Amino acid sequence: MTEDPNVAMARARRYALLGKLAPLIFLLLLVIIFAILQPRFLMSLNIFNILRQVSIFGIIAVGMTFVILIRGIDLSVGSLVAVTGLCAAVVAKGGVEGNFALTADGTGFHWAFAALAALAAGTLAGVLQGMAIAWLAVPAFVVTLGGLTIFRGIALTISNGGPVSGFSAEFGWWGRGLVGPIPVPVIIFAVVALVAYLVLTQTRFGRAVYAVGSNPDAARLSGINVNLVTIATYGVIGFCSGMAGFVLASRLNSAEAVAGTGYELTAIAAVVIGGTSLYGGTGGVVGTVIGALLTGVLMNGLVILNVSPYTQQVMIGLIIIAAVAFDAFIKKQSR
Amino acid sequence: MNQSLDMDPVKTELPGRVQRSGNMLLEARGLVKRFFGVTVLNGISMSLQPGEVRALLGENGAGKSTMINLLSGVLQPDGGEIFLDGEPVRFLQPIDANHAGISVIRQELSLFPDLSVAEAVFAGHLPTTRFGRIDWKYMREATQSALGRLDLAVDVRAPVDSLSVAEQQMVEIARALTRESRVVIMDEPTASLSPKEVANLGEIIAQLSRDGVAVLYVSHRLDEVRAFCSTYTVLRDGKAISEGIVKDTTIPLLIRDMAGRDVEIGRSGAERSSGKAVLEVRNLASRPHGRVVQRVRDVSFTLHENEILGLAGIVGAGRTETARMLFGLDPIGSGDVLLEGESFAPSSPSAAMKAGIGYVSEDRKALSILPQRSVTENFALTGVVPPKLFGRNDSAGEAKLLEQFIETLDIRAASIKAPIATLSGGNQQKVILARWIARHPRVLIVDEPTRGVDVGAKEDVHDLIRKISAQGVAVLLISSDLPEILALSDRIITLLEGNVTSEVDAASATAETLMMKMTKHE
Repeated sequence: MTEDPNVAMARARRYALLGKLAPLIFLLLLVIIFAILQPRFLMSLNIFNILRQVSIFGIIAVGMTFVILIRGIDLSVGSLVAVTGLCAAVVAKGGVEGNFALTADGTGFHWAFAALAALAAGTLAGVLQGMAIAWLAVPAFVVTLGGLTIFRGIALTISNGGPVSGFSAEFGWWGRGLVGPIPVPVIIFAVVALVAYLVLTQTRFGRAVYAVGSNPDAARLSGINVNLVTIATYGVIGFCSGMAGFVLASRLNSAEAVAGTGYELTAIAAVVIGGTSLYGGTGGVVGTVIGALLTGVLMNGLVILNVSPYTQQVMIGLIIIAAVAFDAFIKKQSR
Repeated sequence: MNQSLDMDPVKTELPGRVQRSGNMLLEARGLVKRFFGVTVLNGISMSLQPGEVRALLGENGAGKSTMINLLSGVLQPDGGEIFLDGEPVRFLQPIDANHAGISVIRQELSLFPDLSVAEAVFAGHLPTTRFGRIDWKYMREATQSALGRLDLAVDVRAPVDSLSVAEQQMVEIARALTRESRVVIMDEPTASLSPKEVANLGEIIAQLSRDGVAVLYVSHRLDEVRAFCSTYTVLRDGKAISEGIVKDTTIPLLIRDMAGRDVEIGRSGAERSSGKAVLEVRNLASRPHGRVVQRVRDVSFTLHENEILGLAGIVGAGRTETARMLFGLDPIGSGDVLLEGESFAPSSPSAAMKAGIGYVSEDRKALSILPQRSVTENFALTGVVPPKLFGRNDSAGEAKLLEQFIETLDIRAASIKAPIATLSGGNQQKVILARWIARHPRVLIVDEPTRGVDVGAKEDVHDLIRKISAQGVAVLLISSDLPEILALSDRIITLLEGNVTSEVDAASATAETLMMKMTKHE
């Protein structure tokens, strides 16, 4: 009945390791399966295609990792991508035709100001939501659900319903440019992920994020300002949404109010598939990157195999549930 | 008669015990319970006749709660048997005990805050009509009449949450009444009742007794025990120390039985000359708000350098609440706190920490550790090692400092990167203590430092507390474990219902005299 504690411990450790490696194993399995079924899948053009596709929601997923680590959630990111994309577009174009103009002669600003506008707007929106969550004690789910419609409404107001398009080549480089064979958004994603990884693992703020997610009471009793960490964390995801908004506008050469619809779920899925617990405190950016790649590979592979888009959605949903179920199972075994 | 029994778990036939015969309603024989190899109940026998009101007495940690949990099916015994009407029974879950007619009125209310009073009373056994619909009418009437018996006039449709704590307690009792219970176990039922309500409860107990219901009354308040109970059992360290008839004994004798264990831990003995006053607390009181009662009413003490001041009191006396105010967790209601002569009112834990106060909380699992995070992260959480440029963690510095503590405190961990949850309770506690000691606080508040800690590690923790005190830290020790208080403290203050009842030199104190001051009696 009672197990030798050493054996039990070793078993728990094995399961813990398995839990860490599971997303990677899944990813490799998927790649192998798709490659066998359709050799075209492994062509470098397709690989970069996947990466480019992954990079935009991947940037958001990196921010979402912070939020989920503190037991939070952000449903507003898709709408925020639209708002921030439009902010960048408006600054780059100097206004919206038939709605308003920022400059008298209708000339736009340098792309750097456009990017800055998107990042600032995103960060501000995130911080405001974080304040509502921390200080007004409204659940994150509710605040960001509100944010989802508020930001979409703001986006519609700014754009007056239509797209804002046609930017300078420099503006377009951030979404469509290449460095060697590598698309620029992929590089941005990699840099964002790397910085986030370093922040989470190497800094005091990263420690605080894990502490608040692991045990908010213990964090508070250890002198951590839990409210401040919460607000900063939502600032981080706002910043990431702003970056994604800018890159998306650049890539599409157009910003519109319906951009980014559904990104929140893709980003959350990537984080959860990557092994970050919705209960907070465990997981990290490495898992999220793998989770984002896994989601991208899955979507791309199903398209290449000519699976109907309807069926694709069913399969993606099932895989999300399976990933979380597996995570829960591992948690139980490694205890 | 008051036998101090020789505690031999095998010997269940106790001399002088009320004779056992077929008319026992509930009987426990030689109950044994262990948690993780630690024996918390060591062969306890106890019986209840119909109409008997028995007091179950003992200090915190004596095993009363475990006993209640065994009798009510929350836990299963590792040894011994429970008999109902002379038949052996096994309660695998609380509902089994419920069906057998055993009701428990718990210290922490277990009502559903959002349900109506009537629903709460009938939760788990909702009456239904012939058609399977809930019989609201009957439910309301029955609740009304049960509450009427208790002289409680509340709207049975009101949500439980809208009642005062005392009223909720009465609703719990009403719940036991509607269940036609044959045995009612009351766990500290008067902790939040006013004197009038207490008197009322006494009448209800007498009524229950006349109806042939057996009552097991668990309380620290010996005056109530004298007023309500006919027989008593005293537990100490998981053993039945004595039992008998209440009117044949005296309160001092009961207190002696509850507290009078040998202090097995050697007193430090070192003559620590107390240094200058570090922390002065004058007439501190907590701020009541909403239905939260004022736990701290009038607490004053002075804490010196190099000193360990013991804060003794039973659960609910206001010990932890005092600590929470000093650490900036709860607002100070009234009174003054002086830290090294300067007025001090911390607005947050970080403010208290900056002022040089540390707090090791009483609930390690819920309030101290980050279970999934590494030993290093748990250690470094209080910012023991300043960060490098750009807020980067000084991992090397942290590891070096932690390794020192691991060596001096003999912390057993597979690796400093292992999650802290993989360590034993004692080792976790040492890491938590290290987290605070490494900050070199001026005042360290340690709340139940050895709760859930194995015996060997307990000694280590005690040594550690003595050592930091010798280094000049002013230590405020809160503990329910009187031998621990006696073994570590230089001076001891006792709290009772939020008031300081005595301040004594530890050398002249005994568990008995402390217990006298910690409990309520005439």
